[in-house]
Amino acid sequence: MPLAEIMLAVMWVGLTAYVLFGGADFGGGIWDLLAGSAEAGKRQRALVEHSIGPIWEANHVWLIFVIVLLWTGIPSVFAAIASTLYIPLTLAALGIIGRGAAFAFRKVSTELWQRRLFGATFAFSSVATPFFLGTVAGAIASGRVPPGIARGDLVGSWVNPTSLVAGVLAVGMAAYLAAVYLTRDAQRAGETDLVEWFRRRALACGVVVGLLSGAGLLVLRADAPALFAELTSGRALPLLALSVTAGLASLVLLWRRAYLPVRITAALAVTGLLWGWGAAQYPVLLPGVTLDSAAATDPVLAATLGSLAVGAVLLLPSLWWLYAIFQRDHPAPPRPEQDR
Amino acid sequence: MFELAVTDVAPADLGAARMQMALSLGWHIIIACLGVGMPAITLLAEWRGHRTGDVHYRLLARRWARALGVLFAVGAVSGTILSFEMGLLWPGLMGMYGEVIGLPFSLEGIAFFIEAIFLGIYLYAWDRLPPRAHLLSGIPIVIAGVASAFFVVTANAWMQQPTGFDVENGRIVAVDPWAAMFNPATPPQTVHMILAAFMVAGFAMASVYAVAMLRGRRDRYHRLGLLLPLTVAAAITPVQIGVGDWAAHFVADNQPVKLAAMEGVFETQRGAPLHIGGVVVDGELRYALEIPNGLSLLAHWDPDAEIMGLNEVPPADRPPVNVVHWSFQIMVAGGFALLGLAAWLGVAWWRRRELPRSRWFLRATALSGVVAVLALEAGWVVTEVGRQPWIVYGVLRTAEAVNPAPGLVWGFVLVSVVYAVLTVATVYVLRRLARDKPVPIAPQERDVTDYKVV
Repeated sequence: MPLAEIMLAVMWVGLTAYVLFGGADFGGGIWDLLAGSAEAGKRQRALVEHSIGPIWEANHVWLIFVIVLLWTGIPSVFAAIASTLYIPLTLAALGIIGRGAAFAFRKVSTELWQRRLFGATFAFSSVATPFFLGTVAGAIASGRVPPGIARGDLVGSWVNPTSLVAGVLAVGMAAYLAAVYLTRDAQRAGETDLVEWFRRRALACGVVVGLLSGAGLLVLRADAPALFAELTSGRALPLLALSVTAGLASLVLLWRRAYLPVRITAALAVTGLLWGWGAAQYPVLLPGVTLDSAAATDPVLAATLGSLAVGAVLLLPSLWWLYAIFQRDHPAPPRPEQDR
Repeated sequence: MFELAVTDVAPADLGAARMQMALSLGWHIIIACLGVGMPAITLLAEWRGHRTGDVHYRLLARRWARALGVLFAVGAVSGTILSFEMGLLWPGLMGMYGEVIGLPFSLEGIAFFIEAIFLGIYLYAWDRLPPRAHLLSGIPIVIAGVASAFFVVTANAWMQQPTGFDVENGRIVAVDPWAAMFNPATPPQTVHMILAAFMVAGFAMASVYAVAMLRGRRDRYHRLGLLLPLTVAAAITPVQIGVGDWAAHFVADNQPVKLAAMEGVFETQRGAPLHIGGVVVDGELRYALEIPNGLSLLAHWDPDAEIMGLNEVPPADRPPVNVVHWSFQIMVAGGFALLGLAAWLGVAWWRRRELPRSRWFLRATALSGVVAVLALEAGWVVTEVGRQPWIVYGVLRTAEAVNPAPGLVWGFVLVSVVYAVLTVATVYVLRRLARDKPVPIAPQERDVTDYKVV
C-alpha cells in the first residue's frame, strides 16, 4: 500500500478517534446545556464534569493530530479547505476556546454566578463547535471546496443543504455518544435515577440521529449525487449497512439496559458513517484533485508515519493507563493521613 | 508597500491577518512558557515535600498544580487556534511548504498528547496513586513539555533558515524533512526559547509570593513559594544571557538584514558602534547613545568587523526598523535586569543562606515576572518582525502567503474580542486561585464543592 494511502487512513483513524472521544466530550456539554435549572441539573452536570474532566484535553489532541496530518500529508488540500472555509473554521476555533477555557474555569469556581456564566459558555460552545465542524465536513463532502486558495464561495460553501444537515448530524452524534457513555458512567457511580435519565435521552437521541442520517441521505441525493451513488450502491455500501445495523443494535441494547456493549455498537454506528463517507469519496479529495496528485513527497510521508509509529508505542499504553485509572469502578478513598 | 502589489490582497486584510497571528501567538506564548516551566518547578516542590516531609512544599505543589490545570486547558485551546490559523490566515505558506515543516508538528502532536495524558493523571489521580508513583507520573509532563517547545520552535527556525527542500516551477519536488527540522537556526533558537520558558515560569511564580510577602505574609510557606521558583529562574538567567549572545551571533552571520534592523544600522561599516536607544527618522537612527566599535565586537568578536547596513537591500526588503530595534533593546535590558536580581539573590544566599532582607528585593522580585514576560514578547517580536517582509526568509513573502479572501478584518475583530474576554477571565480565575485559602487535597479530583481542604 503506498504511503499516501496509509497516511490518509491514519488521518481517518485520528478523525474517528476525535469524533468518538472528543465528540462525546462536546456531547457532555450539550447535556449540560439541557440539564435544566441550576438545582434540577446539578447532579447531571456534576457527572458530566467528573467524566470528561481528566480526559478531554487528551481527547482534544486528536483534532490537532488530524490538522497537522492534513497539512503535512496533503498540504494543498489543507490550504484550499482552510482558506475557503475560513468563516466556519474561525467560528469553530472560537468555540474550542470557549468550551475548553470555560470548562477549566468553572471547575475552579465556587460561586454560583461564576459557575453559571462559565457553565453557559461551556455548554453553548459545546453545541456550536461540532455544528461548525460538521458544516466543514459537509462542504468537503458535497464538493464545494475547489482546489486553490480561497477559490470557493466563502458563504455558500458551508451554508447549503449538505453542510447544514452535516452540522446538525454532528451535534446529534456528539449528544448521542455522550448520552450512551454517561449512562454507563452513572451506573458505575451508583446513581440509579441518572442512569434512567441518560438512558431515555440516549434512546431518543439515537432515534433522532438515525432519522437525521436518513434525511441526510435524501439531501445528498439531491445535493451531492455522486457521493450518494457511492454510498448506496458502491463500495461504501457495506460500511453504511454496518452503521445502520449497529445503530439499531444500540437501540435494542439500550432498551435492554446493556450499557457496556452499547458503547461499542454506538461507536460502530458512528464509525461506519465516517468511514462510509471516506470510502465513498476516495480517492477524490476536492473536485478534480485525487490523493495521488495532492500527496506530499514520499520522504515526508515516510518520516511522519515512522515517527507516528514510534510515538504510538509511547502513546497507546499511556492512553490506556489514563482511561483505566478513571474507569475503575470505585475510586480509592482519599488518604488524607498520607498527604496532609 | 511594494510587497502589496504582488497580490490583490487588501492591505487592511493583510494587516489584520498579521495582527491576529501576533495576538494569538503572543498570547499563547506566555501560557505555553508557564506550561513548560511550571510542571518542573511544581514537581521539584512535590519532591522536596516527599523527601523532607515539609508540609509547606506539599501545599505549594498542590496549589501550583491547581493553577497548572487552568493554564494547561487555556494553553491547549489557544494552541489549537494557532494550528487553525496556520491555514486560515496563511494558506499560501501551508499549501506549499506544509509538508516541509509537517514533521516537527507531527512530533509536537505526539509530545502534546503525552503531556495531556499525564497531566490528566497527575492532576486528577493525586489521591489515587501512591506518592512515589504520582511523582513519577509528573516526569513525562516535563519531558513532553520541553520536547513540544523544541519541535514547535524548529518549525519557526525553518522559517528563518529554510533548508531541506527543492522547488521546480513553483512546485516542491523533493523534501528532506529532517534537514528542514534541523536547520541551522534550530540550535540557538530552541535553546533560547526553552530557557526563556523556565525563566518566565520561575520569575512569574516568584513574583506572586513577593507580592504576598510585601503585604506582610512572611511565613515559611510564602518564603519557600518565592525561593524555589526564583532559584530556578536565577540559575538559568546567566546561562540564558550566554545563549542569547550565541543567538545574536547566529543572526549576525545568517540574517544580516535582521541584525541591521535590531541595531538600526543603515550604512555598511567597519568598526560599527553599538546603538542604545534612539529612533529611526527618514532612514537614519537619531538620538542613540553610541558605544564605539561595540556592535562589531559583540556580533563578530572583532572590533573592526564589517556590519552590513539596511541600505544594501531595497526598502521593500527591510523589516520595520523601530519596532525591531526597540524590541531588541527591551529584551536585552530585561535580561540584564533579571541577571541583576539573580546576582542579588546569589550573593545574599552565599553570604547568609537567606533571602535579602531589603524590601527592594521583594519589590524587584514582584516586578520580575512582568519583566520576564516583556522580555519574552520583545524577543519574539525581534525574531518575527525582524524576519519581515518574508514569511519564509528569502523564499516567500508574507503578503504572498496570506489568505486573499475578503473579510479577514472582521475575523480579527471577533478574535480580539474573544481574547480580551479570555484574558480577563484567565487573570480573574488565577487571582482567585492565588487568594483561595484552603488548598484541596487533590487539585482536580472532586468537584469544587466537596474538596477536602487542609
